[in-house]
Amino acid sequence: MKPYLLVDFGSTYTKLTCVDLEGEYIIGTSKAPTTVETNVLDGYDRALEWLMKDHPEIDEISGISACSSAAGGLKMAAIGLVEELTVEAAKRTCLGAGAIVTEVFSHHMNKREAKRLKEANIDIVLLAGGTDGGNKECIVHNAQKLKDVDIQVPVIIAGNKDAQDDIDEILENTGIEYYIVNNVMPKLKILNVKEAKHVIRKIFIDKIIEAKGIKKAEAKIGEIIMPTPEAVLLAAELLSNGYEDEEGYGELMIVDIGGATTDVHTMGDGYPKRTEVVLKGLQEPFAKRTVEGDLGMRYSANALLSLVSNFEFKKYFEEDDDCEHDIQTSLHRRAENVDFIPKTKSEEDFDEAIAKICCDMSMSRHVGHVEVVHTPLGEMYYQTGKDLTDLKYVIGTGGVLINHDDAKKILKQVNKKSDKKLELRPANPSILIDKSYILAAMGILSQKYPKIALKLMKQYLM
Amino acid sequence: MKTVVIGVIGADVHAVGNKIIDYVLTEKGYNVVNTGVLSSQEDFISAAIETDAKAILVSSLYGHGEMDCVFFKEKCEEAGLGHVKLYVGGNIVVGKQDFNKVEKRFKKMGFDRVYAPGMKIECALDDLREDIGI
Repeated sequence: MKPYLLVDFGSTYTKLTCVDLEGEYIIGTSKAPTTVETNVLDGYDRALEWLMKDHPEIDEISGISACSSAAGGLKMAAIGLVEELTVEAAKRTCLGAGAIVTEVFSHHMNKREAKRLKEANIDIVLLAGGTDGGNKECIVHNAQKLKDVDIQVPVIIAGNKDAQDDIDEILENTGIEYYIVNNVMPKLKILNVKEAKHVIRKIFIDKIIEAKGIKKAEAKIGEIIMPTPEAVLLAAELLSNGYEDEEGYGELMIVDIGGATTDVHTMGDGYPKRTEVVLKGLQEPFAKRTVEGDLGMRYSANALLSLVSNFEFKKYFEEDDDCEHDIQTSLHRRAENVDFIPKTKSEEDFDEAIAKICCDMSMSRHVGHVEVVHTPLGEMYYQTGKDLTDLKYVIGTGGVLINHDDAKKILKQVNKKSDKKLELRPANPSILIDKSYILAAMGILSQKYPKIALKLMKQYLM
Repeated sequence: MKTVVIGVIGADVHAVGNKIIDYVLTEKGYNVVNTGVLSSQEDFISAAIETDAKAILVSSLYGHGEMDCVFFKEKCEEAGLGHVKLYVGGNIVVGKQDFNKVEKRFKKMGFDRVYAPGMKIECALDDLREDIGI
């Protein structure tokens, strides 16, 4: 037996997963409330104690790896030039690196915007703008604005390479921490996120972890290697692509319905499947992540009121549901009491309806869609985003799906027919559930033992 | 190297001429940013902003060009691209019309250069050199 411990410092729980590297199975899991306010190791120690108690066969732990989304996760600001081009490229880079994008700016920033950015609660700024050889005046202007307000968080410059010297001149010797990396959109509509993502992770490991009080855990458990959402994305990528002779699952999607957000990850190119379809807009990354900050089970429950009318909300209850639900009160209750756990049938049904809405609406926003264009040569279609109609697997994770008796029923929302527009949702996917809550753990494990991580996912996702 | 944005406007899917323009202008030393067929005015304008283009060359072969080009110049000005040269060419109007009148109408709409049906891209090259250099 060679036990290896994977730790996820989550916003609510510190979760441990213990894997036997020799026998290639999961020995056990445990969780305890995250204790960032006091000492993050308290929660970890408690979870470890419970794990050891349940599994006395664990004698010595051979290694530990960890990820974290504690203390608000990783929050970023994305700045670009044109909204649907470099702003979008910057946003996708942040999301792909496991961050939440809370501030977005386009074109020339003004003083008010720069001030708002400085006061915002963010960890890193990503500044893009212009293709290589394209517009450089705007990104230089925005760099100057960041200097003028003396921005206190690290800034990653990922725009027109022609502007790099000018930006160096502005930011050098100012005390502002900045990193110049490859352009996230070097050519029109071409996305290039690799180096920027790498630097985001580096800053996260070196700085953010410390600022959030999680660094002290490192003395005991070694380096915290990435934000939790990035770990999930890496797990998904591995599961999709396979490793060496171990085959992957091909195109797949992960839906993570959490307390504050609903994250959707898809692995797949999503190119048009028919000749009369023309692809529009910025290139999509193979591993795409979207985060819906207004769709969640608890913290963002109130936001649902403005998204869905009472009439529409009722459609998400089961047909045989005869409970009287006061939608507004029930949502407020959940938003104000984020630890709320449903006890009665009525409360469970209500949670199920919220989960269905999160799933359905996040799907609408994540998948690509087509628009009909009438041309003299007949009907043609514009496709924006990914065509996911042939997607093979949808995997559900996050508290509400894991603890639900019939989570697949909730996830069936992914291929619900939408009357809004022609959405390219998965047509007939197989649905799997991350019942043992291992996806993030497998993402970290994949950094050292990809083959074992892949085998375990194939075994434990059902 | 000067950047130009090219593309086929509206619900027009004529791709061959677009590829020829791309090829010739690239050969002649321009950085060509091609938005391809089925391009909207916004596609041209967004591309020109990000790439700092000096000219936008609009193609239209299916006869509805006039409709598709209405307010193009105004939108460019709105987007801070008032200085960008606007070219248009192809079969830009319905049926066979007196080209002098057609040219006048498009110039009034704000296009700097208007090309008659059948004109080769080489003809526009001299104008391009004169307007934006190389």
